[in-house]
Amino acid sequence: MTKLTQDQVRHIARLARLRLREDEVEKYANELTKILGFIEQLSEVDTKNVEPTAQVTGMQNRFRDDEMGGIGTSPDALLHVSPLPIVDHQIVTPSAHG
Amino acid sequence: MTIAEAATLLASKKISSEELTRSCIERIEAVDKTLNAVVHRNFDRALTEAKKNDAEGKRSSPLSGIPYLAKDVYCEEGVPTTACSNMLRSKDYIPPFDSTTTRRLKAEGAISIGKTNTDEFTMGASTETSCFGPTRNPWDRTRVAGGSSGGSAAAVAADECIFALGTDTGGSIRQPAGYCNCAGLRVTYGRTSRFGVMSMASSLDTTGPFGKTVEDIAIILSAIAGVDPLDATTGDRPVPDYRKALTGNVKGMTIGLPKEYFIDGMHQEVEGAVREAVKVFESLGATVKEISLPHTKYATPTYYVLSPSEVSSNMARYDGVRYGHTPLRPASRGSAGHAVNDMSLLEYYERVRSEGFGPEVKRRIMIGTYALSAGYYDAYYRQAQKVRTLIRRDFEEAYKSVDIILSPVSPTPAFKIGDQIDDPVAMYLEDVFLSGQVMAGIPALSVPCGFSKPKAGTPALPIGLQIMGPQWDEETVLRAGHAYEQATEWHTRKPAFK
Repeated sequence: MTKLTQDQVRHIARLARLRLREDEVEKYANELTKILGFIEQLSEVDTKNVEPTAQVTGMQNRFRDDEMGGIGTSPDALLHVSPLPIVDHQIVTPSAHG
Repeated sequence: MTIAEAATLLASKKISSEELTRSCIERIEAVDKTLNAVVHRNFDRALTEAKKNDAEGKRSSPLSGIPYLAKDVYCEEGVPTTACSNMLRSKDYIPPFDSTTTRRLKAEGAISIGKTNTDEFTMGASTETSCFGPTRNPWDRTRVAGGSSGGSAAAVAADECIFALGTDTGGSIRQPAGYCNCAGLRVTYGRTSRFGVMSMASSLDTTGPFGKTVEDIAIILSAIAGVDPLDATTGDRPVPDYRKALTGNVKGMTIGLPKEYFIDGMHQEVEGAVREAVKVFESLGATVKEISLPHTKYATPTYYVLSPSEVSSNMARYDGVRYGHTPLRPASRGSAGHAVNDMSLLEYYERVRSEGFGPEVKRRIMIGTYALSAGYYDAYYRQAQKVRTLIRRDFEEAYKSVDIILSPVSPTPAFKIGDQIDDPVAMYLEDVFLSGQVMAGIPALSVPCGFSKPKAGTPALPIGLQIMGPQWDEETVLRAGHAYEQATEWHTRKPAFK
């Protein structure tokens, strides 16, 4: 059974853009290990030559005309729900360059 | 009161939509302090719309003038929609658009009166992960109403609305319906639109109704089902008038009882109630045969690979940029001032997400991130997708010889608030009878089928029967559920309020 180390939990949290306190790292390492133990029973199923199911009703790609449309909401109304400052119809975010 | 009853009274002008809406509002004000089923109240606008509805007097749809509640993940223009998460609660996210489902209901004249409690972003089986605290079961206030759509189920059972909307990704409509004694339908994947409903796991998510009767479920489904250009997974099959399928006749119907769903150690009263229900079907002229769905035990573990993986992707949108929580001080939001430059973007994301998400959402994001990360994808996600194929085939094989399949909804009646919240795997096992249908994309209905015997300190608790059909065959599922309901009285029982 896979046991997640605290270092692995820190790594996963970073990939997922979550910041954990040290006590949380320990807690999640235990809980996630338990959950992995539960889902790892799938490895005993023989799935040789079995196709994976990604879309369950068998629907194929659906195409539409490349035209704007849909819900009729104005761009400004969508911007208005941002918690960050809006300048010239753009959201001002913290810098990606640190 | 049911939709069908209310529609008759509205059509004959014995009551007005305003009176009906007011009575639901008064009921919410009277009982919801106890239940905590309704988290956003939209009463003023609802009354305005009800008055307008009365003035126009259009009664062509049975839903015209009928007040309802939607789970707190259905976007409605101008109404707070927060997924019961601090991520969206802190600034009370108010969507600038409508979900397709609430838009369709609005077009029928239905009156939205508010939002119901749910586990955070629909992740849970008890509403205990809601940032607003748990919904209490109307039959026993020390117990959960189920989840994640627990608020919708409790609200319908306690008459806080005429009907409600929920979502079912892994059982989130059927389990609370069973725990609260109302009807709830998980539809075929793609039968209803998810547009404007906050996503959890995209290959599994469905939207659907709660009602007081199967007839009401049929009425709602006829209004909300059908292809939607805004949700490319919706099927373009025609939408029938589902009420026409409710003939009351199940003569000659073949019912499958999967042996894997009647397991050693299951709650005796639950098994007893379901076996009694099977006898009712036999007395109505159906034949019963035992069947096997051999991969049943893998359905829930499969769910807990696919669902968190897709969760980890869907939750990535909560970055504190386009909407949601921000750690920045409100005063600094007005201009592109210094506060935005106080931290790097990476630090900002981590602060937003660590403060905004609760523990269950974080657990699922991390499990999903792990399962999808380099080197693990084949072992977890791809293997789970292959097992999904085997589970789907089990059902396809079964439906060659049966019309519907019956099972319990949950292995026990509603559990105590707090009993399972610290044990994620125990909580996941709530879904043991509810995951297979999700993997197969088939419709499944939960209807009341009995009560546990009252014991010292524990009142009688509702038990749910699950009726499953093949993909796209909601009509047969609803016909069976309706015929059963006509022959029994469980669905008419109501919880007592002082």
